[in-house]
Amino acid sequence: MAKQFSRREFIKIGGLGLGGAAVGTGIAHSVLGGLGTSPALANPVLSGAIDGVVSTTPTVCEICFWKCAGWVHAVDGQPWKITGNEADTHCNGRLCPRGTGGLGAYLDEDRLRTPLIRTSAHGKQAFREASWDEALTHIAEKLQKIADEHGPECVALFTHGSGGSFFKHVLRAYGSNNISAPSYAQCRGPREEAYTLTFGEGVFSPERTDIRNTRCLVLIGSHLGENMHNTQVQEFADMVGDGGSVITVDPRYSVAASKSKYWLPIRPATDMALMLAWINVIVEEQLYDKDYVESYTYGLDALKHSVRDYTPEWAYPITTIKPQLIRETAREMAHHKPATLIHPGRHVTWYGDDTQRVRAGAILNALLGSWGRRGGFFYPNKASIPKYKYPKYPTPTRTWKDAYPKQFPLANLALANGICDATIPSPERDCSFKGWLVYGTNLLMTLPQPKKTIEAIQNLDLLVAIDLMPAEITGWADVVLPECSYLERYDDLRVSPGRVPAVALRAPAFEPKFNSKPGWWIARELGIKMGLEKYFPWQNIEEYLESRLGGTGISLDELKKKGVINLEERDPIYFEDGVQPEFDTPTGKIELYSTQLEEYGFDPVPKYTAHDRPPEGFMRLLYGRAPMHTFGRTTNNPLLTGLMPENEVWINRWVARLLGIDHEQYVVLVNQDGVRSNKIKAKVTERIRHDCVYMVHGFGHSDKRMRKAFLRGADDAQLVTRVKIDPIMGGTGMRVNFVAVEAA
Amino acid sequence: MARYGMVIDTKRCVGCADCVVACQTENNVPEGFCRDWIVEALDGEYPDLRMEIRSERCNHCENAPCVRCCPTGASQITDGGIVLVEEAECTGCKACIASCPYDARFVHPEGYVDKCTFCYHRVKEGQDPACVAVCPTKCMHFGDLEDPHSEVSKLLRSRPNHALIPEAGTKPKIFYLT
Ligand code: SF4
Ligand code: SF4
Ligand code: SF4
Repeated sequence: MAKQFSRREFIKIGGLGLGGAAVGTGIAHSVLGGLGTSPALANPVLSGAIDGVVSTTPTVCEICFWKCAGWVHAVDGQPWKITGNEADTHCNGRLCPRGTGGLGAYLDEDRLRTPLIRTSAHGKQAFREASWDEALTHIAEKLQKIADEHGPECVALFTHGSGGSFFKHVLRAYGSNNISAPSYAQCRGPREEAYTLTFGEGVFSPERTDIRNTRCLVLIGSHLGENMHNTQVQEFADMVGDGGSVITVDPRYSVAASKSKYWLPIRPATDMALMLAWINVIVEEQLYDKDYVESYTYGLDALKHSVRDYTPEWAYPITTIKPQLIRETAREMAHHKPATLIHPGRHVTWYGDDTQRVRAGAILNALLGSWGRRGGFFYPNKASIPKYKYPKYPTPTRTWKDAYPKQFPLANLALANGICDATIPSPERDCSFKGWLVYGTNLLMTLPQPKKTIEAIQNLDLLVAIDLMPAEITGWADVVLPECSYLERYDDLRVSPGRVPAVALRAPAFEPKFNSKPGWWIARELGIKMGLEKYFPWQNIEEYLESRLGGTGISLDELKKKGVINLEERDPIYFEDGVQPEFDTPTGKIELYSTQLEEYGFDPVPKYTAHDRPPEGFMRLLYGRAPMHTFGRTTNNPLLTGLMPENEVWINRWVARLLGIDHEQYVVLVNQDGVRSNKIKAKVTERIRHDCVYMVHGFGHSDKRMRKAFLRGADDAQLVTRVKIDPIMGGTGMRVNFVAVEAA
Repeated sequence: MARYGMVIDTKRCVGCADCVVACQTENNVPEGFCRDWIVEALDGEYPDLRMEIRSERCNHCENAPCVRCCPTGASQITDGGIVLVEEAECTGCKACIASCPYDARFVHPEGYVDKCTFCYHRVKEGQDPACVAVCPTKCMHFGDLEDPHSEVSKLLRSRPNHALIPEAGTKPKIFYLT
């Protein structure tokens, strides 16, 4: 029998790392004040006159994946502000609130300061501060041991963010390709698979949606405006400003709903019924784009047959949306075709039939002829900057797919939760994961079922967390490596396709604070300690960047001056302008009827399945985003916390009255499995249906090292104790949890 | 003489508060305070709702009670009708705070009263205020209300609009397009 090791404990260590080995850089004080102290520091704006030498450094925002290019302004070397780069089509010179507040990521006093190693003495586990050399040597030795005993494939990387590319490189060079990002199975995976099944290509990120030319935009649970993906929101505002028609399907009166011609407050979890009824109306009334459908699509008859019973009258009792309104909105969509965009959404892992639901939207887009057309989905231009030429990676003998044989045939990326499951030993598997590298993602909040994540962690030989902040995951790590913020480092080039393809540079505006280091440096030093020198022929990042740019005619110096350079490739982006309508599907057509789904035994045309309704006394838990936060990653940002220091739970006014709950009163949410949330303020409002509650994701941090975010508001992920798995690609549907509300 | 004002399109504004953050970094507004803020004004009952989202700040009133009541003369109307507080002359007596119907002023931790300056330092240089320049939805417009050809004047002529608490008689110079 295997020896029982002492369980890995979560280490809470309030004060550690806050004084000790911290290395000040001279600009350790924030001009904006930290921790509520008064900011009697350098004031760059004296009575309106800027007093000092202003310098600007190009950056690429890292607060979300939109990666807007901007300028970091400093006055006499002191941080002042960040503004958008006018030449950049990701932001058009205007950052979103999170990007504008990005300085807070640098200024945050609660940042990780120095490497930490878990130690165990007298039965107590604790972190001790370590030098970089010691920490990296320790990791390299452990990784070598895992490779010797189990093979390098037993190590996985979870990554989120730009610096991750260097860690992917280390892992591949080590011999594993188990690289996963929660943004797949916990977010947009079903969308990419649904669109690939239908059109042979995904939607990508930033989305290829042509909202600025859209005349009718259909949002299904997408809360643009609260979800602040920069140019998407800019284009949304433009189309609303131009009198465009918006149809918003949401149980909540979202900001987008308030700008809509039609708000359809649908019963949660019934969106599929509405979409099928729309398809029914569009095919029955022959409202589709006949030429387009005839020329480019496959399976219209099968589709017609399949949706014939999905009438608006059928959908009414399911969705609570009146038949007349379903018809009227279907006609409205058809009226504006092909400039009608059924938005594909982004976070779409809701109910476990998500690939099919998103596919229903894809089919609507196909019927209305919006794919490849102005106002629908465009064909992005590629940015042709070659990759760095590394020696060939070793070929792994096992891949992440072997961890769950015969399941999820259509998953194209590793499932973060799948790796988590495959870390818990099981007799059905000959190998379980032994090591995790976790870069920039707080798995306890991003994966559902945090208890399971903790169970998986107990079975690891090595857990390394590389992060800016002491997020919860770092408390479970064996080694914690403090990365510096994006404002203190170079990163790989932002090479972005789009209407206008571009290359952008992030350069350091400040020296790394404390004893933190850039991701590229950490990856390279670790790689060398692991004996992977040949994979790191470059000595420093500038050499790497120069080499990547070599042959493109762009120099690093030019990029440093301009921040972003728009490339010359400007091919047509619509069919009407000459894009060849080619579809990488088995039939070579847009598949209304999916031959691949048929082959794997799934419904080739989406069907309606009823989802559980909340039991008596419970409401469905919905969650979403706020414009000033990117999940839990910004909730401790001193510039952004003030705008929204805690989340609130939205409760319908009548329900609140029945429950005797007052507006702004603190309540506790209790889910169907008895899990209780931290206390959270009630927002009693007309803006939500009676059968659900809503909260913004990313609050209720349980790690007290994040002093501004600690126990402020509640964490929805903690209440997601159940998930419904998408059988097609393994996504985790998370809107299947119900909560009761109690006074706190 | 210019008469500066703002016209804000509530149809476009999404309430993202970028204007608030941009003001904070541009003007070094201390943590925990803001010179501009967002209001979501909801009207109606479920499911028949309307909502106006507004970015609000000092209205740079033409008939400014805060200026009239200031005992030291620190609160004053400057070029272009911009209402400013001269930090050095302000004793922090709070008379102006009490007189402002819009709750636009606060006591800065350093003891003087602070509020929106219409980014006077930028306007002098011919730039838009920071909030206007940052707004991702381009819903804010700044300019000379006196000039009939300015964008703000044109917008006010072509679109229905309202100002806040007109009955207070302060003659506010921020207008909201509806
Ligand atoms: S959308 Fe906002 S947070 Fe995301 S990259 Fe752009 S500025 Fe940064
Ligand atoms: S930045 Fe613009 S869109 Fe955002 S809240 Fe301010 S005014 Fe509204
Ligand atoms: S809004 Fe208030 S502070 Fe501003 S000018 Fe008017 S009265 Fe004075």
